Amino acid sequence: MGNYIGKSVKRREDARFLKGAGKYTDDIKLPKMTQAAFARSPYAHAKIVSIDTSGAEKAEGVVAVYTANDACGQYGVPCGWQVNFKNGETMREPVHPLLARDKIRHLGEAVAIVIAESLELARDAAELVEVEYEELPAVTDPKKAMAQGAPIVHDEWPDNAAFDWCIGNDRAEVEAALEAAHHVTELEFNNQRLAPNAIEPRSYIADYDVNGDKWTLYSSTQNPHLIRLLLCAFVLGIPEHKVRVVSYDVGGGFGSKIYHYTEEALLTWASREIGRPVKWTADRSEAFLTDAHGRDHVVKSKMGFDKEGKIVAHLTDEYCALGAYLSTFAPAIPTYLHGTLFQGVYATPLIHLNVTAPFTHTVPVDAYRGAGRPEATYLLERMLSKAAMEMNMDQAEIRFKNFIPPFDGIEQPGYQTQVALQYDSGNYEGTLKRGLEMLGYEDFRKEQQAARKNGKLLGVGISTYIEGCGIAPSAVVGALGARAGLYEVGHVRVQPTGKISVFTGTHSHGQGHETVFAQFVADKLGIDMDDVEIVHGDTEQVAFGMGTYGSRSLSVGGTAIIKSIDKILEKGAKIAAHKLEAAAEDLEYSGGKWTVKGTDKSVSFGDVALTAYVPHDYPEGLEPGLDFSSFYDPANFTFPFGTHIAVVEVSADTGKVDLKRFVACDDVGNVMNPMIVDGQIHGGVVQGIGQALLEEVVYDDGGQMISGSYMDYAMPRADDLPMIETDRTITPCPHNPLGVKGAGEAGAIGSTPAVVNAVVDALAHLGVTDIQMPLTPQRVWRAMQH
Amino acid sequence: MNVTLKVNGESFTHEIEPRMSLSQYLREVLDLTGTHIGCDTSGCGACTVTVDGDAVKSCTILAVQADGCEITTIEGMANGTQMHPIQAAFKEHHGLQCGFCTPGMVMTAADILKNNSNPTEKEIRDGLKGNFCRCTGYHNIVKSIQHAAEHIKG
Repeated sequence: MGNYIGKSVKRREDARFLKGAGKYTDDIKLPKMTQAAFARSPYAHAKIVSIDTSGAEKAEGVVAVYTANDACGQYGVPCGWQVNFKNGETMREPVHPLLARDKIRHLGEAVAIVIAESLELARDAAELVEVEYEELPAVTDPKKAMAQGAPIVHDEWPDNAAFDWCIGNDRAEVEAALEAAHHVTELEFNNQRLAPNAIEPRSYIADYDVNGDKWTLYSSTQNPHLIRLLLCAFVLGIPEHKVRVVSYDVGGGFGSKIYHYTEEALLTWASREIGRPVKWTADRSEAFLTDAHGRDHVVKSKMGFDKEGKIVAHLTDEYCALGAYLSTFAPAIPTYLHGTLFQGVYATPLIHLNVTAPFTHTVPVDAYRGAGRPEATYLLERMLSKAAMEMNMDQAEIRFKNFIPPFDGIEQPGYQTQVALQYDSGNYEGTLKRGLEMLGYEDFRKEQQAARKNGKLLGVGISTYIEGCGIAPSAVVGALGARAGLYEVGHVRVQPTGKISVFTGTHSHGQGHETVFAQFVADKLGIDMDDVEIVHGDTEQVAFGMGTYGSRSLSVGGTAIIKSIDKILEKGAKIAAHKLEAAAEDLEYSGGKWTVKGTDKSVSFGDVALTAYVPHDYPEGLEPGLDFSSFYDPANFTFPFGTHIAVVEVSADTGKVDLKRFVACDDVGNVMNPMIVDGQIHGGVVQGIGQALLEEVVYDDGGQMISGSYMDYAMPRADDLPMIETDRTITPCPHNPLGVKGAGEAGAIGSTPAVVNAVVDALAHLGVTDIQMPLTPQRVWRAMQH
Repeated sequence: MNVTLKVNGESFTHEIEPRMSLSQYLREVLDLTGTHIGCDTSGCGACTVTVDGDAVKSCTILAVQADGCEITTIEGMANGTQMHPIQAAFKEHHGLQCGFCTPGMVMTAADILKNNSNPTEKEIRDGLKGNFCRCTGYHNIVKSIQHAAEHIKG
């Protein structure tokens, strides 16, 4: 260990954010910049009879108005993942047009873009775009979308299915085991649709430079290189080297800023048409209507148990909404990022998941913090707690009975699941033991009994989760339908003065890469952290990268950087050996210098760096310079895990849930910066609590969104929450040099079922066995009356 | 219409459209982009500034309504390179992640502490309930404000 790894180093990003000097896309103003606004459909499903833009074109300050009848109408954004039908039929993949031409398929779909001298003038003129619609019936629920006679999203596929898919053991075998089981627990529910709601709305500026025939696209993206690749090669057909994508500071992503959105491509196209920069920033209403949503699964599940409470089989059928078009990663979310986690932390011998994924008249659904894994965890953890209740067992006891025993992935091999993956290392009972200790579980149960006698409804809920992240081995995801590799790039440039610039293809939008990456780089090189700069979010500076999502930055991006550092130290040793007149193998590197073993003869990193760039007295045949780039493609995913426990009190009068305590014991492998990891857990936990208690995107039968503002879509506010009590166990990842697993999504994956389990526990004696999320006072109160 | 106001101690007069919100005025006319717009409908609090000492969501009022007022934005909180104790506490206690809601949180925190130098956790949470943060779960924001209060009290 060095000076920085494992320490709560304060963030170097903070000064600019705290002084209001962050540089978010909407903060950027370019000379001659224009502003765009969209005319968007007020219907979820409609025929476009006619579009009249003449009024808008004549309006004050308008530079241009475009519809699908202009050249941009020929382009559509692609999907990056292909999941074929079980029978081998190819996934159905509709064109996702930049602007709707004949038909509207979701509320808020753009019909025209209006570009004007100011935002106000653009918005005024967008209101003057006259569109005649013929409204059609819509379907927004994934199960209803598959019913006979449902409104059709794409005429060429009248059954609305995009694909179906299954994973696990043979269905008949699982069904037979359920038949023979001592006890079968059943559950049907909706894992409701959520809006990610990064507080910074999506924002883009496209700037075409006519003299250089080059574009700069400023984008609030988590994923600048992938956006450039998709935009150039798959949408507009422009040479990739002519486009620079820049994402400076990004105000939260949570998945919603991974994808290539139509607006990015349209602005890029329009900027060349008008020969001026054009900016668009979503307002919050547009964010609700057009940012990819998360979740939206209709679930029916059965889990069989033997007499002792051991799981013997698990069978689940799901309908998972995809929305009107396939967003960048959409097909992967309810399949490979979901079904592969159905093993959970339990030694279930037989598992089968069947997924039907239809189009719906809604905005596309894609990854939202956790992406498929929260949905899997919610199901498993609700089933375990419900089964415990039905079998008169304790929630903790049933989990201890079913855990996969501890394994480190080195002495003991990784755990091969029934659903394709091999877990890296785990000690699942360890986090539950610690979580129960943190809570004071035994004492709580006594308190609960006493409280019940006084009419107080107290409950405790446990969730023991696992997640798969650090995506991913490219060959594996390629075999599963990914159309991109999922490696990462780390470029380390040693400057002649020994200062370090690190270029990473990952992207920070709150995670603190500028600090954490500098911590381990400084320690690996034995130098001061102030001598290390981290650069991200600019395709012209960073060679390549796959961006940040799936808690992959440190495990994949960090390892790519370490590979480059290894190369630097190897070459540096040759230079040092020359300077010290010793053999490279007789040197050791420590504390920022190479020393001849067993002597006090040494040369510093800075001296070697300078020599590399001023190679007057230099090893023969060795290239000058000290600058290496590496691609790292991981050997496996990483598998963080943990235990979350919630304590609630339910108002007997109103059904309002008061979250009294929340305990999280997570294992994310080795920890580089405990302060930042705790912060990631806090934020994730609260997003998960939001799903349990507050959040839901609601479409009415006609496809209107009736939760499309902050007045209607309830998110956790400060006064809804207690302090989050955190601790951790450490089970290092065996297959990356830092031993890290990833912490970005863990909180959101573990917390939701803990809260719901706690509410059901509080009301169990009233006969309540399940409540549909979000657990609003109305729903809880109704459950109590039932 | 004409508007004359003082922002971070400096006086400005501009001819602006009456419909321009104070948040737009700060960002577009004065280039004070530290004030962020997260919803433009008073829901998120990212645009919070102080107007004559009180925290106000600057998307909620028109710039012309602030005529004659003294405004402080996030850019006016630090004293040169010296961060305000609230800013320093946010850094020390990791009260921010992506930074987008942060200016509004700091300005709201200033309002909370102006009215109550010794707030309880509950009072801090009540004071913050008009401001969304999607990153931190509020835990470290509450902690930051508790520590800022202690520091300011000395």
